Amino acid sequence: MSTEKKPKNVFVQGPITPEKIATSIAHHQVKTNIGGHDIFLGQVRADEINGKTVKAIDYEAYEEMANKKFHEIREAAFEKFDLTCMHIYHSLGRVNAGEICLFVFTSSAHRRECMEATRFLVEEIKANAPIFGKEVFEDETHVWKENK
Amino acid sequence: MKLNVKYFGMIAEWAGSENGQLDFSGTSVVELRSEIEKRIPGLNSSSYQIAVNRVIATDEAIITLGDEIAILPPFAGG
Repeated sequence: MSTEKKPKNVFVQGPITPEKIATSIAHHQVKTNIGGHDIFLGQVRADEINGKTVKAIDYEAYEEMANKKFHEIREAAFEKFDLTCMHIYHSLGRVNAGEICLFVFTSSAHRRECMEATRFLVEEIKANAPIFGKEVFEDETHVWKENK
Repeated sequence: MKLNVKYFGMIAEWAGSENGQLDFSGTSVVELRSEIEKRIPGLNSSSYQIAVNRVIATDEAIITLGDEIAILPPFAGG
């Protein structure tokens, strides 16, 4: 039985810190039925667009719908893969280039389940979560990002 | 009927606001599309989706008074 199924807020203000990720890993050391973890970290890239370099992304979301969608995606993943644990965090607000904006963390008894689940989750989030991102340049002008 | 409409991302920039009220005389999402495209320049040539009550709606979906409407530009999470 998992205790991870109730709806929860996946959003954190600003970047996801390496400390948060480390703490999250440490919390799983008591769960000794886990044999493998898989982690995806989305990082803000300093893309060059029309001669200007992206210094940060400002994230916003339709939060009520996004949390509902994240809940559906989590339920689908628990249904599809034999997971022990699943954690998803996404940033809102400003995340500088080089910082982490998405943290997907899955755990299972054996490697294959968590590895496949992470890929599924990341693709679902990118395609279906109503999150919007403004790529901000060094002169504070911006363009809106679009997932490919 | 008067509909409360939420705008996000670049569409909020074009609308000049994150929330608007729209006097809507139609019934379906496709009618709402053409109504909103008249009000927000640039929308008809861009890719966007409409959510009704926090679910992506098809063009045929019916809108009723009190529905929560949101106009969503392309997603960029992750």
